[in-house]
Amino acid sequence: MGKQGKQSWIFQNKVYINETATIGGPMEAQGPLKETFDITYDELHCHEDNWEKAERKILQQSIQTCIQKAKLQSDQIDLMLSGDLLNQNVTSNYAARTLSIPILNMFGACSTSMETLAVGSALVDAGFVDNAVAATSSHNATAERQFRYPTEYGGQKPATTTTTITGGGSALVSKKPSDIRVESATIGKIMDYQMGDPFDMGSAMAPAAYDTIKTHLADLGRSPKDYDLILTGDLSSIGSPILKDMLKEDGINIDDVHNDCGLMIYNSDQPVFAGGSGTACSAVVTYGHVVSELRKGNLNRVFIAATGSLHSPTMIQQKETIPCIAHGVVLTREELS
Amino acid sequence: MSNKFDKQNYKNTVKSYQPKPNLFLNCIKAFIIGGLICVIGQALTDFYINVFGYSEKDAASPTAATLILISALLTGLGIYDKLAQFAGAGSAVPITGFANAITSAALEHKSEGYVLGVGGNMFKLAGSVIVYGTVSAYIVGIIRYLITQ
Repeated sequence: MGKQGKQSWIFQNKVYINETATIGGPMEAQGPLKETFDITYDELHCHEDNWEKAERKILQQSIQTCIQKAKLQSDQIDLMLSGDLLNQNVTSNYAARTLSIPILNMFGACSTSMETLAVGSALVDAGFVDNAVAATSSHNATAERQFRYPTEYGGQKPATTTTTITGGGSALVSKKPSDIRVESATIGKIMDYQMGDPFDMGSAMAPAAYDTIKTHLADLGRSPKDYDLILTGDLSSIGSPILKDMLKEDGINIDDVHNDCGLMIYNSDQPVFAGGSGTACSAVVTYGHVVSELRKGNLNRVFIAATGSLHSPTMIQQKETIPCIAHGVVLTREELS
Repeated sequence: MSNKFDKQNYKNTVKSYQPKPNLFLNCIKAFIIGGLICVIGQALTDFYINVFGYSEKDAASPTAATLILISALLTGLGIYDKLAQFAGAGSAVPITGFANAITSAALEHKSEGYVLGVGGNMFKLAGSVIVYGTVSAYIVGIIRYLITQ
């Protein structure tokens, strides 16, 4: 049976990530993971007329590059699962106009990366599709404009703010053996700890990551020692220590194995406040850096819990608190004989 | 799970993880930049009085217009938001902050066209300042009228 415990799925039929592709914006291209991107842009418009078109181009390119690297044609892809931060998932839907691939759009804010990967892997595992692409994107300026203020507005941001990354990441999943296997997934519950500040999403999302990591370990009967790396999506420098202390209260110590994608994507001297966030944050770190480290053999088993803050500006103005979620996927290194 | 991170205690517990804004330093920065903008304004007023022969009262209008122009240019060049991150209220309170709110919204919505995009959205942030500024002026005006009667 694939179901394990209450919230976890174990993929029984060996599902693999065959190829990945990541695209980065100007700030990301100056960060420590610059070598892991397939394509980078040195300006936010990515040679397009407006921000939305720029984000769409990034998503499209990441999907196309991923398919090309796998030496496939787009008509050989049975399903694309994608999502972004914009209302009505417009980036994904508009990007898919030219791709002619059956599509399931998903929204889990910044957790969409692992949500699409988990569901895509499950569908491949069950035999409904042969080749699936999981893809997500985010863009600093489109997110600023939709969730915060106009990009050039002079509002002072607090130090707890995270910076939405500009980028896109895609992964091709199938049963064709490769050196990276999608082993299992844990689907998260909504956690709302009454935090209402959209300029401090790290504090709001930490309980969601806590719940998913704790549930995952319990469902699979594992401890943090079973992992080389437990990665959270975008808890930043605020949420990461909260998560570690919350788990410690339950006797789970992840200090030695934890890292956060939002802290890995930028150098500490870049002006990004508490760190990176955004749908693409966990996607580019996982599909770029983590996949490459697994291939090299520097990592063997990684649990990625992508965290999402599921608010909208209207809900915040109506004084609602922020529901948060975290979805996790385990990637393991496979020795190919 | 112990009480510390329980839902009802969470908000208080995590306060210790969030860096506190340095109010004193922010006040100093706001004072310096806000003051500097006022000095520029005063220099402009003196310039209009001495060079163009405006009266002190009449010089206010070209001074404000010049500050608005400078702020709009700095917004378009992507400088004002960086200045504002440093200055906080120092760059938000003067007329330049008001100009930045309007210019940034207009720029942002240019891709949606000049009528429904720029025209319909440029007062998105500044609109409430105008509304409540007018309402407050009206109320203060009535009070003043009643007192001076």
